[in-house]
Amino acid sequence: MIKEIIIAGFGGQGVMLMGQILAGAGMLENKEVSWLPSYGPEMRGGTANCHVIVSSERISSPFVGEPDVVVAMNLPSMDKFTPQLKKGGLLIINSSLIDSEPQRQDIRVIKIPANELAAEVGSDRAANMVALGAVVEKLKFVEVDSIISSLKDNLPERHHRLIPLNEEAIKRGMDAARE
Amino acid sequence: MADKILMKGNEAIGEAAIKSGCRYFFGYPITPQNELPAYMARRLPNEDGVFCQAESEIGAINMVYGASASGARVMTSSSSPGISLKQEGISYMAGSELPGVIVNITRGGPGLGGIQPAQSDYFQAVKGGGHGDYRTLVLAPQSVQEAVDLTMEAFDLADKYRNPVLILGDGMIGQMMEPVEFKRDISPEDLPDKEWATVGNKGRKPNIINSLSLQAEKLEELNVRMQKKYQQMKEEEVRFETIKTEDAEYVIVAFGSMARIAMGAVEKAREEGIKVGLIRPISLFPFPDEVIGMVAEQARFMLTLEMNCGQMVEDVRLAVNGRCPVYFYGRSGGVVPTTGEIYEQLMEQVRGEKE
Amino acid sequence: MKVVARRPESMMDKPTHYCPGCTHGITHRLVAEVLDEMGIREKTVGVAPVGCAVLAYEYYNCDFQQAAHGRAPAVATGIKRVHPENFVFTYQGDGDLASIGTAEIIHAAMRGENFTTIFINNAIYGMTGGQMAPTTMIGQKTTTSPYGRDASQAGQPIRVVEMLSTLQGAGYLSRVALYNNREIKKAKKAIRKAFETQKAGQGFSLVELLSTCPTNWGMNPAEALEWVESNMVPYYPLGDFKTPEGGQDQ
Repeated sequence: MIKEIIIAGFGGQGVMLMGQILAGAGMLENKEVSWLPSYGPEMRGGTANCHVIVSSERISSPFVGEPDVVVAMNLPSMDKFTPQLKKGGLLIINSSLIDSEPQRQDIRVIKIPANELAAEVGSDRAANMVALGAVVEKLKFVEVDSIISSLKDNLPERHHRLIPLNEEAIKRGMDAARE
Repeated sequence: MADKILMKGNEAIGEAAIKSGCRYFFGYPITPQNELPAYMARRLPNEDGVFCQAESEIGAINMVYGASASGARVMTSSSSPGISLKQEGISYMAGSELPGVIVNITRGGPGLGGIQPAQSDYFQAVKGGGHGDYRTLVLAPQSVQEAVDLTMEAFDLADKYRNPVLILGDGMIGQMMEPVEFKRDISPEDLPDKEWATVGNKGRKPNIINSLSLQAEKLEELNVRMQKKYQQMKEEEVRFETIKTEDAEYVIVAFGSMARIAMGAVEKAREEGIKVGLIRPISLFPFPDEVIGMVAEQARFMLTLEMNCGQMVEDVRLAVNGRCPVYFYGRSGGVVPTTGEIYEQLMEQVRGEKE
Repeated sequence: MKVVARRPESMMDKPTHYCPGCTHGITHRLVAEVLDEMGIREKTVGVAPVGCAVLAYEYYNCDFQQAAHGRAPAVATGIKRVHPENFVFTYQGDGDLASIGTAEIIHAAMRGENFTTIFINNAIYGMTGGQMAPTTMIGQKTTTSPYGRDASQAGQPIRVVEMLSTLQGAGYLSRVALYNNREIKKAKKAIRKAFETQKAGQGFSLVELLSTCPTNWGMNPAEALEWVESNMVPYYPLGDFKTPEGGQDQ
């Protein structure tokens, strides 16, 4: 089993951290993982994405050409990465910021109002964790407990007081994806 | 598995250096290797070491020269344009027979180029790079774990041969995160003293670190001695990996990140019943000529894949020496090909062969 | 019998390759005497430049490294960072230090690297056969300024110690000249002060020595000494430009 994921948004939405937590969770379950960021000259506000692979076998290219899952946290990301999705692949849309429809019929789409759900648990900055919850629910490849452990590994010490809020956001995202 | 941590290539290389007894790092900012000097700036003060941001890449490599000649294990890193600036110092280090580890997290060129991953510094890396008749050992990792392992080996090899060793990565190796484990942790106190180092000449004649030799015959002697070292490297330090080459009719040759991508294409082709294999040179100098020559005996063709416009392919052709056709496919400028694209290229050659 | 002069222990018993009348030999000796007097020879590492003094390592009885053109301050940085307890000095000419190596010297001084630079200013490139240096005087003829240095083309000569004296990392900066015995004695005092600055860990130290190049200047040794005094000293004022105590003495 191999799952290839692209997570994309604008800089500051925390898409890199989402990918790191996901890869870290896979590692904790003794799976093969890789995380590859886009990197550009812009430091803030530009678009950002990362390629994450979680696999039960050796990973060949860490570069994801045809993702199984795309998480689009904003519209430019959806427009850019929807065409790359595998046939039958999953597109997770942050419907808080995207109100248009994807242009493909051969994929599965779920819409998660990530910013609203995050605001409900205390901070709309946790929108990335809501979306991560949706990924975990739909991927069915890494356990939520591993995600929580990985969250603790990846969050700097000074932000550890935010762990309960982030956990809650992840669970909201899982619930929303299940519905 | 419990000991594994998820780390960025650039940072993992830094930690590997520290765990090899390196306590001195001299660098200068350039993308996409910035996490490596930043990591060393954070870590080295806690390890009784020194991080110094130089005025330029030229300054940095000459600080490496001074520190290495003082007996220390020392590292610098940069990316393509910065590595060009370091070539003068690397040539002096080779001529003065100084160890040192230099990391090139390659980006697309020429000129200022771009900042995306490339392999276009292959020629510069394996043919010497600077002026004069010298070589550096060149090791090309394909994963973060291998970057760690090869960095550790690089320090040993640099000391063994008193010669600079180059780690040739690219933006992908530097930027990606993968689980790594560190298989050793040695401190500088564990390392033997270097009796040739300039540390003060109490009770002995002065030690001189020098690459000047005004008498042609003397300089030739140095060159001959250095060539013997390179010969020894060719005998003892060739590193490569072969995958499914035993029965391969078609053989891909690729190194570093490109080999990772090619691996996916090999698997896909094997699923289709096409007998494809892969030779991955890990040491680019010394180059694994022998295995390539041997495999070429059975291959219908070899396909060299690179993230440049065709550099290693020249060495592959020399190694194959006419035994089979050698084709090339590359992307350049920082474009990273997908597994699917590589598979299509491979299949095109296979179909051409069958016609 | 009383010994009135002897070779410093810090020098090898070896004739130098320098031209007759060249002041490199004097400077070599002054540095060696200071190393002897301070008893630091066995803890000293020198860095030789590219230029006439490229073979300096053959004349000193201490460990030495030879650096690429202009890079001696970076090399010295590497040495001193690994062994801060050792004494490190670079020996550089004006092409090496004030032209190709300006970035290295400025940044070593800026960082306050705790080593000493012996800077030979003889207003010309010696080893390569008499080309114009950044320190060449206006109107001075060289192979690359055959009609005399023209300020409109080549600018005004660079004053290194003045330039470096704006940097807080520099502990001791001094300019001396070698045109007579009195000045040579002052030069030695300055060199001693530079090494003392290093010993006290008070930052970067540099002594600029106005020196001769009779061969490339096309003069005999006596004329060359006279030329230093009458042409160079007026443009390159002598004295301490910066001391660890904070004083100036010009």
